[in-house]
Amino acid sequence: MSAGEPLIRWDWILLHLGDVAQRVAQHLMLTGIAVGVGFVLSLALGVWSARRPRLYSSVTWAAGVLYTIPSLALFALLVPFTGLSLLTAEIGLVSYTLLILIRNIVAGIRAVPPEVRDAALGMGYTPRQILWRVELPLALGVIVAGVRVAMITTIGLVTVTALIGQGGLGFFIIDGIQRFFSTPLIVGASLSILLAIVVDGLLVRLERLATPWAR
Amino acid sequence: MSIVAEVARWLADPAHWGGSDGIPTRVAEHVALSAAATGVAVVLALPLGVYLGHARRFDFGAINIGNIGRALPSLALLAFALPVSFALGLGLGFWPTLFAMVPLGIPPILTNSVTAVREVDRDVVDAARGMGMSGWELMRLVEIPIAAPLIIAGVRNAAVAIVATATLGAVVAGGGLGRYLVDGLARQEYARLVAGAMLVALLAIATELVFGLFERLVVSAGVRRELSLAATLQ
Repeated sequence: MSAGEPLIRWDWILLHLGDVAQRVAQHLMLTGIAVGVGFVLSLALGVWSARRPRLYSSVTWAAGVLYTIPSLALFALLVPFTGLSLLTAEIGLVSYTLLILIRNIVAGIRAVPPEVRDAALGMGYTPRQILWRVELPLALGVIVAGVRVAMITTIGLVTVTALIGQGGLGFFIIDGIQRFFSTPLIVGASLSILLAIVVDGLLVRLERLATPWAR
Repeated sequence: MSIVAEVARWLADPAHWGGSDGIPTRVAEHVALSAAATGVAVVLALPLGVYLGHARRFDFGAINIGNIGRALPSLALLAFALPVSFALGLGLGFWPTLFAMVPLGIPPILTNSVTAVREVDRDVVDAARGMGMSGWELMRLVEIPIAAPLIIAGVRNAAVAIVATATLGAVVAGGGLGRYLVDGLARQEYARLVAGAMLVALLAIATELVFGLFERLVVSAGVRRELSLAATLQ
């Protein structure tokens, strides 16, 4: 960005390979915790509200408000209480996964044909067995679709947590902006996009493995 | 002093309601930047989306491009926009933020307008053609009015994402409400930080509400009734 400076300095990348690997690992950890915790919460809320339309609209309304608040603002609101910490980053990141995951879990459960549920009931399945052995397996395709979107969104949002001292690859972006140095900026931005694409590809494979009946 | 009282005092301080770093100025900057970016994204994506949906050509390609675009993280876009802006001699602030926001706004508008127009009931389209409507009339009188709720939802999603990204503009020395967040963090001034965050959140929610209102004004009563009927049957 300064005159005479190349857009990418390969020697910088070679010198910082260790840092880059460490930030990739941090990025994956921040994403994994957020989507993991978000999924458990969403599964509970989704199963609870799937057959209760009024409850479902309040749940999605609340998740929708959280989703609308810009990420940096949500992190900023938490900083006075939880500091520039991993917890602050994760509360924000988890909040953003809820709307996407709950919607897909509920849509998946609702899409199970009533005949299938009746058949399971007729075979003597308890409601709990129907949920775990019939409804959730059949809903898996829609649920995984939601997990993919949540994962991609979270990988993007993790970069923003660099502003509150976390950040994974976002660290390089902020570092590059602050030092007017384009190499780390481009490394951070490209790798975060690449990470999203790779993780998405892996999830597609996982889904194929988990739903042999859909092949 | 508790953080709530500090924030209330910060917001009540007349010094924060005037001048170049005052709340009205920052809100105006934020709205102007977001409106410009949303406007550009609408001009680029909406006519194209409606046409591709109408012609049913390259429509899957457009939807796929839209979906890939959604994966682009806003901070990464901002990072790429910065060297571009410098190369063009436009510097920091408004321009790199605008460059980052427009590509963020295009995917939801494109995907929604293509899908909305494409999914208009084929029987309705056939009836309109049978009545002798030309392609243009069909688009203007039938497809766009029926597709309007989904198209507006796409623009709304784009606008909300753009308002959020405009906040990040402060990282590259832009104006807008993000200034309070970036400065508040840098100076560890929590009152400024939280007050700014509340204003940003309110602006994002207000954006959502304005588009809801716009939809009520624009979408015809008949289409709305169909929609609510479909929602109850679901």
